[in-house]
Amino acid sequence: MKTQNLTKGGGIVVVLVVAVLFPQVFTNPAATNYGVLALIFATAAVAWHIFSGNTGYISLGQAVFFGSGAYTMGIAARDWHMQATAVFELLPLSAAVGALIAVPFGLIALRVRRHTFIVVTIAIFFIFQLMAFNFWFTSGSNGLNSPFLSWAPVPYNQNFYYIALACTVGTVVVAWLVGRSRFGLQLRAIRDDEDRARGLGVKAAQVKLAAFVISGAITALIGAVWFYYLNQVQPQTGFNPLFDLTLVLMVFLGGYGSISGSLLGALIIEPLYLWINTQPKLNGYNEIMLGGVFLLVVLFMPRGIVPTGSEYLTKLRTRGRPAVSPSTTIGPASSSPSAPSVSSGGAR
Amino acid sequence: MSALLRTEGIKKAYGGVQALNGAAIAVEEGTVGGLIGPNGSGKTTLFNVITGYERPDTGEVWFGDRQITGFAPDKVFAAGIGRTFQLTRIFPRLTVIENMLIAAQAKDRPKNLLAWFSRDAWTHHRKHAMELLEFVGIERHADVLAGSLSYGQRKLLELAYVLVADPAVILLDEPAGGVNPTLINMIADRIRLLNAEQGKTFLLVEHNMEFVMGLCSTITVLESGATVVSGPPEIVRTDKRVLDAYLGADLDEDEDAGPEERKAEEESR
Repeated sequence: MKTQNLTKGGGIVVVLVVAVLFPQVFTNPAATNYGVLALIFATAAVAWHIFSGNTGYISLGQAVFFGSGAYTMGIAARDWHMQATAVFELLPLSAAVGALIAVPFGLIALRVRRHTFIVVTIAIFFIFQLMAFNFWFTSGSNGLNSPFLSWAPVPYNQNFYYIALACTVGTVVVAWLVGRSRFGLQLRAIRDDEDRARGLGVKAAQVKLAAFVISGAITALIGAVWFYYLNQVQPQTGFNPLFDLTLVLMVFLGGYGSISGSLLGALIIEPLYLWINTQPKLNGYNEIMLGGVFLLVVLFMPRGIVPTGSEYLTKLRTRGRPAVSPSTTIGPASSSPSAPSVSSGGAR
Repeated sequence: MSALLRTEGIKKAYGGVQALNGAAIAVEEGTVGGLIGPNGSGKTTLFNVITGYERPDTGEVWFGDRQITGFAPDKVFAAGIGRTFQLTRIFPRLTVIENMLIAAQAKDRPKNLLAWFSRDAWTHHRKHAMELLEFVGIERHADVLAGSLSYGQRKLLELAYVLVADPAVILLDEPAGGVNPTLINMIADRIRLLNAEQGKTFLLVEHNMEFVMGLCSTITVLESGATVVSGPPEIVRTDKRVLDAYLGADLDEDEDAGPEERKAEEESR
């Protein structure tokens, strides 16, 4: 157990060092662009995990927060005539708006479960997209432009890279804190059997809403970063229906229900997606690629890379002997009474 | 009548089906009560009404001198009535110990926002939770996913995590259904122990007659949602109405609940 913790700690340090050094080694803005966008999506994916990964409520309405965060920064910067780096002071405002929107959104959507919940989140998403198209303060289909940042291309991307990295690290820490706390335990109990959890005194409605608000605030924050990085937002890019599908695909590829899986999925999919975009021959194929990856994941690795991989590693380590099922894996609950770790226990 | 838990004139209909039709039950403090009746006689529905999972159309549920009719499940649980389910309802993708902690967390609410993110639920209640797991004999599986436990062990886990909250009354829905004989004896043994040493009050639904007759001091028989008879096992066992209601008047009475029992086991799989 102790060596396992050491390896885990060492792994985290290595990943962090690589992440910090990446824009120093690959200074080319084309390369750092991959890094910035991958980290933005990694943050959004981990934020999605905090709510959906823990509770099992699949939200397809995260773009509501992403777009709202972007628009909040855009509108505030425009109306308050903010310039250059001062615009970054609007990040907390974007997060607050995200949290504020999450409250009524959650109060409505969280009344229903499963498929109905998914449909409601999609419906609310489209309401927000329509509002962005039609309200007077959002500039309609023209969208908004951000104030100008007078950074040279190389430091521009590098600076945004470190901002996005800070967001990712912060979000992972929040997700980790949630996961190990009683709050996280309650969320996972809701995932397994909400009615039973309520019967045992878990205040399900409040707990779910709290997770939804945290997730929404982080997604709005990173949406604002994304907006300032790209200098613009339109209703169809800020409130992009593909945004949520991409997030879900990332998480499912990496490993639904685990922080590292959500992170890994985003770091694989987003660069791949961007790279296909740059290939003239593959022009327009990136959505098809997303669909293809989704099919492959469902067919061959329905639980995602991290759970499947860690299971494989355990198998290697124990040389094929069945190990005690690790508590971190998320999978279909096995109900077979003949599981090897169990059969001897019944006869006491 | 000063029963700790009692219901009066409970009626509950699902569409045209009258699941409960004036069911009355009374469990004295510190006793083990039994609730029997043929399949579909409303036993589980009565449990659901008592524990707040269903709202009765009419009638009252009394817990001591408090009326708890229509309380939400968590309020009933907090008041001191714990229950297990016929098809166990554990949290399959949480570990056994985490299952225990979920039941424990209701006892102390975090005082401030930060406490929600602290690990106090882990350390604080862990010792007590482990003791209870030891008590039901599954402490070796504490760190295993609860979903990988056998059916009988799940029943034990459910009993253990109901005990975490230290309820005054424990309602058990078919604790012996689909469980092997050794484990049945163990469950019966634990119930006896809790009853004798801690004075816990039990009400259990069970099709296994041997189990019920051996444990319960009072048995209530339900049929078609109404109480047929209530009394000590010797009386109930020989009551003509019970034999008619429970075994069916045209069944061979020498078989001693055989077909019912098998049916119940099939059902619970």
